[in-house]
Amino acid sequence: MIPTNYYLILSAILFGLGVVAFIFRRNIITIFMSIELMLNAVNLAFVAFSQVWNHLSGQVFVLFVIVVAAAEAAVGLGIIILIQRNRQSLNVERVDQLKL
Amino acid sequence: MNVPLIVFFALAVIAVLGAISLILQKHPIHSALSLIVVMVALAGLYLLMGAEFVAAVQIIVYGGAIMVLFVFVIMLLNAGTEERTNFSSLAKFAGLPLAVALMGCLAAAVYSSNEQVQTVAQSGAPAPTKALSAQLFQEFVYPFELTSFLILVAIVGAMVLAQRDRKESHL
Amino acid sequence: MIDTLTQKLNEHWDLIISLVKIGLLVFIVLTVNAYLTWFERKVVAHMQSRWGPHRVGPHGLLQPAADGLKFLLKEDPTPNGVDKFTYYLAPLMALALALTSIAIIPFGPDPIVIFGHKVYLGIVDLNIGLLALFAITALSVYGVALAGWSSNSKYPLLGGLRSSAQMVSYELALTMSVVGVLLMAGSFSLRDIVNVQALHADRGIFGWNIFPQILGFLCFFTAAVAETNRVPFDLPEAESELVAGFHTEYSSFKFAMFFIAEYTSMITVSSLCAIMFFGGWLSPFPTTWTFTHYLPSLILIPFGLFVIWDGIRYETIFGRIILPGVGTVITILGALLIAFPIVNEFIQGPFWLLSKIFIFLFIYVWMRGTLPRFRYDQLMSFGWKLLLPVSLANVVITATVIMLRGH
Repeated sequence: MIPTNYYLILSAILFGLGVVAFIFRRNIITIFMSIELMLNAVNLAFVAFSQVWNHLSGQVFVLFVIVVAAAEAAVGLGIIILIQRNRQSLNVERVDQLKL
Repeated sequence: MNVPLIVFFALAVIAVLGAISLILQKHPIHSALSLIVVMVALAGLYLLMGAEFVAAVQIIVYGGAIMVLFVFVIMLLNAGTEERTNFSSLAKFAGLPLAVALMGCLAAAVYSSNEQVQTVAQSGAPAPTKALSAQLFQEFVYPFELTSFLILVAIVGAMVLAQRDRKESHL
Repeated sequence: MIDTLTQKLNEHWDLIISLVKIGLLVFIVLTVNAYLTWFERKVVAHMQSRWGPHRVGPHGLLQPAADGLKFLLKEDPTPNGVDKFTYYLAPLMALALALTSIAIIPFGPDPIVIFGHKVYLGIVDLNIGLLALFAITALSVYGVALAGWSSNSKYPLLGGLRSSAQMVSYELALTMSVVGVLLMAGSFSLRDIVNVQALHADRGIFGWNIFPQILGFLCFFTAAVAETNRVPFDLPEAESELVAGFHTEYSSFKFAMFFIAEYTSMITVSSLCAIMFFGGWLSPFPTTWTFTHYLPSLILIPFGLFVIWDGIRYETIFGRIILPGVGTVITILGALLIAFPIVNEFIQGPFWLLSKIFIFLFIYVWMRGTLPRFRYDQLMSFGWKLLLPVSLANVVITATVIMLRGH
């Protein structure tokens, strides 16, 4: 039906686009969203391989990745709120020094 | 050109367009909406592969909880459109081709990989939730408990980080 | 020519019959929505000792048509400074998601046989049906949140944030309260949940899931009322509180889309309650009492005669023509059911499901007419501190009992 490498190529493209978004965007929240995009690309690769080898641990691992991404998003957004409160800016170029 | 292939290409195009829109949009909330589109397209791809529980969890947790958190934070912090500071020309002219080169490299690595991985066809058979939960609670029970602990830590951490200063209330 | 047509029909049967079912179901759901608004206004009015709409058409039955016309023809201003894309996306998203959730609900057990193909009542039977419904519920938070934010105004923003925080909080209790039913059924598919209750159909009403799962049902119904933003949980959109909450800046057709989305989710929740806890299309009488199969006719014929009698004495001439006509149609329908036993047997399942849905919709409207609304902090503490622990306790109790009994 659909060869596995189609899924893997799509996963590679999405991962690459996530890296591009991470490097080129200046808003902290958008950078964070690009991290989520990269995690999603990796999830796609996991599920594709789980189908190839007919083994369910790929999908179990995807569940764990989703859970860890949720925990990371919660804490990360808390940090972003603090950054906004202390420096009044969400531009990552203003947050590059410890001094306020 | 059978129907699963057409569905795959449609969903793949939607996912890639959503990711490109994530990069190009000026306002963070439009980027968040593009990311939701990517996630729903990926959930469709998981359904195509037969991983139905993972698809449902992807929409419920990722699309319905994590992205809601992102949208809330964008609304609460009143994140506006990005200001453009000056790029160095090197970044503009070298960055984008390098990014395309990275993607090409990854894709080529996949394409020239092991023959067996290439030609195994996706069966699209539904993965029963019972088998998945049996694996989750028997073989992977330690990681499961550890992730629940991790979530507890994240909840406490997020609450502590985002709370208002206590000093203001002791007036 | 006819041969090639029938051959093409048989080849693409699934696609064609799905499209026909979707069109029919969307049409039926939108009509039921319109008359649900009429029903709500009438019932709330009678509870408040007044008449409700009774001028437009006999007994106000053409009021939804008048409202629909108004929504279509009203001026549609867009406020200054809104985020155009999100402003137009939010009602679309709300309506699309609400209508999609109707596709998963099964309406009857037996298939109709058309042209030799079996056609099941209900568009699709997913084996993760319940989970898909929760996915759609999870996504519908966006309709509210984006509507509130994109309106570029204080009150909608506050209403949207409050409403979406409320929906996210009650989503947890909603999904947890259903796990008891899932443990008993062993499957996410809605047909399987009813079929497991059908195993005890000889006990009638005692075979339903409501008696083992009374706690789960109460949690589910409360959480579902909060999810659909209805009284007593409608603080974020009530008129006297935050102007009109997240849909302040929306008018005419976009407001109608939010409206339709809310009533459609009411219908979905009512059918879920009926399917999961009250046996779906099973009759409350034991299956050995076959004389109860005449109940649909027994209800339809007196109701039709009452409508005729009331219509003859109605005040306007239009009513004196229409109402007896409607009454005659209803009476003839009831008589036809007695005349054709095959149709009567087939109609039993959908009849019971539709009556249960109707009863739940009545309870929704009844609550609207009677209960005061929660304050926002009371609402949130109720969701997190009472409903979530109770639904978790329900899961633990159900799992323990199933383990001890060895099902």
